[in-house]
Amino acid sequence: MTDMTLTVNGREHVVTVEDRTLLVHLLRDQLRLTGAHVGCDTSQCGACTVHVDGKAVKSCTMLAVQAQGCEILTIEGLAQGRELHPMQAAFHEHHGLQCGFCTPGMIMMALDIARRHPSPDAATVRAELEGNLCRCTGYHNIVKAVVAGAQRMGEPA
Amino acid sequence: MTAMTAPMGKFGQSVKRVEDSRLITGNGRYVDDLVLPGQTHAAFVRSAYAHARIGAIDVSAAAAMPGVVKILTGQDLVDGGLFALPSGWGLTSIDGTPARVGVHHALAVDTVRFVGEPVALVIAETRGQARDAADSVFVEYEELPAVVDMVAALGPDAPQLHPDIPENRAFTWDIGNAEEADAAFARATRRVSIELRNNRLVPNAMEPRAINAEWRAYDGSMTIHLTHQNPIGMRVLFMMLLGLESENHLRVVSPDVGGGFGSKAPAYAEELAVAFAARAVGRPVKWTAERTESFLTDAHGRDHVTRAELAMDDHGRFLGLKVHTLANLGGYISTSNALVVSYMYATMLCGQYAIPAVHAVVEGVYTNTCPVDAYRGAGRPEAAYVIERLAHLAAREIGVDQAEIRRRNFVRAFPHQTPLVYCYDSGDYEGCLDAALRLADYQGFEQRRAEARARGKLRGIGLSAYVEACGIGPSKLLASLGGGGNMWESCEIRVQPAGSVEVLTGAHNHGQGHQTVYAQIISERFGIPMDRITVVQGDTDRIQAGTGTYGSRASVGLSAAVKSCEKIIEKGRQIVGYMLGIDPGAVDFADGIYTSAATNQTVAFTEMVHAAHAATQFPTDQLEPGLVATSFFDPPNFTYPAGVHVCEVEIDPETGVTEVVAFNAADDFGNVANPLIVEGQVHGGLTQGIAQALWENAVYDPDSAQLMTASYMDYGMPRADSLPEFGLAFWPSPTPVNPLGMKGCGEAGAIGSPPAVINAVCDALGIAHVDMPASPEKIWRLCQERQEAL
Amino acid sequence: MYELAYSRPASLADALALLAEDEGAQAISGGQTLMPVLRARLAMPSRLVDLLKLPELAGIRAVDGGIEIGAATTHADVAASGEVRAVLPALADLAGGIGDPAIRHRGTIGGSIANNDPAACYPSALLALGASITTSQRILAAEDFFTGMFSTALEPGEIVTAVRFPACQRARYIKFRNPASRFALVGAFAAQLPSGTRIAITGGGHGVFRWREAEAHLDSGGTIDAITEDMLDLAHFTGDLHGSAEYRHHIAAVIVRRALTALA
Repeated sequence: MTDMTLTVNGREHVVTVEDRTLLVHLLRDQLRLTGAHVGCDTSQCGACTVHVDGKAVKSCTMLAVQAQGCEILTIEGLAQGRELHPMQAAFHEHHGLQCGFCTPGMIMMALDIARRHPSPDAATVRAELEGNLCRCTGYHNIVKAVVAGAQRMGEPA
Repeated sequence: MTAMTAPMGKFGQSVKRVEDSRLITGNGRYVDDLVLPGQTHAAFVRSAYAHARIGAIDVSAAAAMPGVVKILTGQDLVDGGLFALPSGWGLTSIDGTPARVGVHHALAVDTVRFVGEPVALVIAETRGQARDAADSVFVEYEELPAVVDMVAALGPDAPQLHPDIPENRAFTWDIGNAEEADAAFARATRRVSIELRNNRLVPNAMEPRAINAEWRAYDGSMTIHLTHQNPIGMRVLFMMLLGLESENHLRVVSPDVGGGFGSKAPAYAEELAVAFAARAVGRPVKWTAERTESFLTDAHGRDHVTRAELAMDDHGRFLGLKVHTLANLGGYISTSNALVVSYMYATMLCGQYAIPAVHAVVEGVYTNTCPVDAYRGAGRPEAAYVIERLAHLAAREIGVDQAEIRRRNFVRAFPHQTPLVYCYDSGDYEGCLDAALRLADYQGFEQRRAEARARGKLRGIGLSAYVEACGIGPSKLLASLGGGGNMWESCEIRVQPAGSVEVLTGAHNHGQGHQTVYAQIISERFGIPMDRITVVQGDTDRIQAGTGTYGSRASVGLSAAVKSCEKIIEKGRQIVGYMLGIDPGAVDFADGIYTSAATNQTVAFTEMVHAAHAATQFPTDQLEPGLVATSFFDPPNFTYPAGVHVCEVEIDPETGVTEVVAFNAADDFGNVANPLIVEGQVHGGLTQGIAQALWENAVYDPDSAQLMTASYMDYGMPRADSLPEFGLAFWPSPTPVNPLGMKGCGEAGAIGSPPAVINAVCDALGIAHVDMPASPEKIWRLCQERQEAL
Repeated sequence: MYELAYSRPASLADALALLAEDEGAQAISGGQTLMPVLRARLAMPSRLVDLLKLPELAGIRAVDGGIEIGAATTHADVAASGEVRAVLPALADLAGGIGDPAIRHRGTIGGSIANNDPAACYPSALLALGASITTSQRILAAEDFFTGMFSTALEPGEIVTAVRFPACQRARYIKFRNPASRFALVGAFAAQLPSGTRIAITGGGHGVFRWREAEAHLDSGGTIDAITEDMLDLAHFTGDLHGSAEYRHHIAAVIVRRALTALA
């Protein structure tokens, strides 16, 4: 067991974890932030995507202890009450989700895409979503949502 | 920053979904999110062998490990009175005997029949401890020969899976008329035939299966949180299998469910074992499948081997059809599979065509593989694939265009009684074809083909005209065919004193957007904003009656909602009659306002609601206070959505890689309640169908019967970068079968697209057939042969 | 995942000491390959020694005639590096195509080459470009480093600290993706170095190798179009569910031609 400190959605947490605990399980089971989901065992589905120090990573593919001292942003840290983040709003506007299970990971990856490609075209978004699987939408509306969301993020508020 | 707003609903409008807010903020509540006081965790010991006799099971080492609460074996479950899993459909063979159902224990008792079959269950304080201990349960196996191939399984040398089921044959069932079909073939001057395989698929809902079961010893009752498409159906079934006293002793809750596609409709061994375990340990037990477990044990889809022959005259008019299908059941018959491979499959073999004489035989075969059950389309994709591949070959044989051969054979008058039980209620097949061809710029294709050739690519175009059957019902018909459950849906509408509405439905939303569409329809009928309407689902403590969601049956539940709306409005009319002192028959209702033409007075819907609850303005001995209505809708017929899909592919002959460069679909879903949502359903279905045609394939090693494709490393899931942007159009012929004229849209995409893709590939290569998935190597080899032939 | 202990040493010396004192200890860098292996319970290290934050393994530096990349540099950082793109654009492209964006944010060049997955991308670049690998003990030529499938010249407890590449504007990597895993079913790295043409192929199944016959063919004035799989030993290839040896063999020749054509 290891004692560790990390910041999640702006709030500092001091936790004790088994060394083998995955970051996603720390978030879900101990911090009870259940927005990040576990959809596979092979680091391919992206349902667990969160940001670690500003970059999208698969939280099932790192140990919680590796996040010692890190800033974590999860899906729960985006909206302010009823006020949605523009990327969340874009997923809603464009019907970029159905069952919702892949959605938190998709949105966290979408934010990372927008960070690196401020005004991405559809082909860029499709390529960048290679590591996020969705079984419901056929990606069609997710791609539209990410393009629109990134666009909106670039506009003055 | 944007807040979401709830508008007034209107049927036919692309209203944004009301359920999104929790899902896009990380506040969805899926089963694995739930932690109960005293929570324990389960892990399964699974067979590494496809077929083996189970010897001694040594749990002593595991039982001594940290955190272990209990270990259960198959024998423990039998000794505890747990019943085996049933087949939910009674099929009768040609010789009049009932289907032979192999006994399926929740945990294998003496024999395992597929890799991954659960043998024992460890309950421990943490997930990790349960897994650790499961690895330390030692099971003695006497390995037996295994069989994967259906032809081999039927053969004389095959190992027999179930002691009382010779030849591994569960049933040989037929439909149609063999003599008429023979006569048609005798008359025919032209024929085409095909042998094809409909590849086995793994459904892969992104949320893995999960259960959290809680036993209350003090009154012998249980609550199960279960990710499932039909919690109400599961309550009855689990109550019986567990031997609970009554329905009231079991509550099943299916909260947010992360996709189903049919794979969350069966009753599963693992869930039943976990429910049993919760009672055995007296503490809540949770199990969530790891993805590998999902691959090994979620009911797979498809897996047919079919021989089919189509008889024609010289003009390409279809005269007769003969089909013989081997349907792989897996090691056991899963809940609905006997229905899926018979009445959901063979009944649809005529497709959109008026074929007078048809005979189809389906043999259900046990093999040492994961059980098969409904997967998006459930039988209908397999049928559409057979007839649409034949239609493609027919065009080649007669020497006419792909569209023309279909035009010559379309059903043109409705209702149309097929020779295969079903009666198509409505449609405009040729109009839909033309809409699809316009959308796809069919005329311009040869130019695109030439342009691709100049780039070294082989471009092909493929059509598929599918029809399917949705909104299964009526109950009586299904029962007569062997069905084991009701097919109606219920809807209760409760109007609260301050004017908000609670809608209780037995249908279950797991991505389809029910919350929105119910609210949309009720908002429009009552003239109140959508955000006043809450849809309650998935909890048997709140909803007593229903059928769940599968088979694109939203129209059934919504029709029940419409009936309840009508009852509420009608009661309102009576209340308003008292309020205004006029005959209720003279009260009109529109746009949320009751009006009296005679007196020019108006009463808003919300005023009527207050009055209904206040109960001061009408005699309560003649009219009951309150405002609640419950309705049941048993559909008088199936609905028959249909459409035409047009796929264009480009093949790189040097590598064999096939790219879908355009995909256009014109669909008749009847009236469309919410185009935004319906388009989303089509996108998803098309993607699953395209993926079946090109990438997805569940492969068992022929010798060891190990699943070779047990993770996303080896199973080819569709990804964002492998798909085109889709072109969609609606060509509605509203159905008379339900009050909304809706036909259903959830599965259509996955039904029409596989043959469209394969027809396009065959067109590009100028070949008769290639089995799915059209993998790069397969296509490269065909290109090589083509090169040699030139 | 089995129980294990985790250490994050502050220095390379501490990391080496941790690995030396515990035979069951294993180094972890980005962990993007190792973590799924651990989750599947296919490995049982007693301790993970985290190299990701070691200062000795960090950074991208211009060096005489080329560039040196610290072993703990992520694929994303290589892909986004202006220094790398300036002297070796093909390497930046290769790094930008490994896995997916989230994988690239953690996976590292050192981890990739130390693991030497037969379907990994990086080894082909190192071999084709004649990169040298600096370890905690020595400097190895890529030729000597990769010794077969999942096998390298690294001794137990030896850690890759950096990889040094020569500058090369005329290089190209083409990955033919496995449609399921998206790893290289076959990948080919082609480079025009002052010493001649170099071609390395990954994904064959036995580990990365150079296609010397094609190199010699080109260096003796042969045309790209004349390069076919007939010049390539089929024994370099194995088959599986996703492609037979024969198919991979063929695809290798196709993508090599395409990479070379792009260079020409």
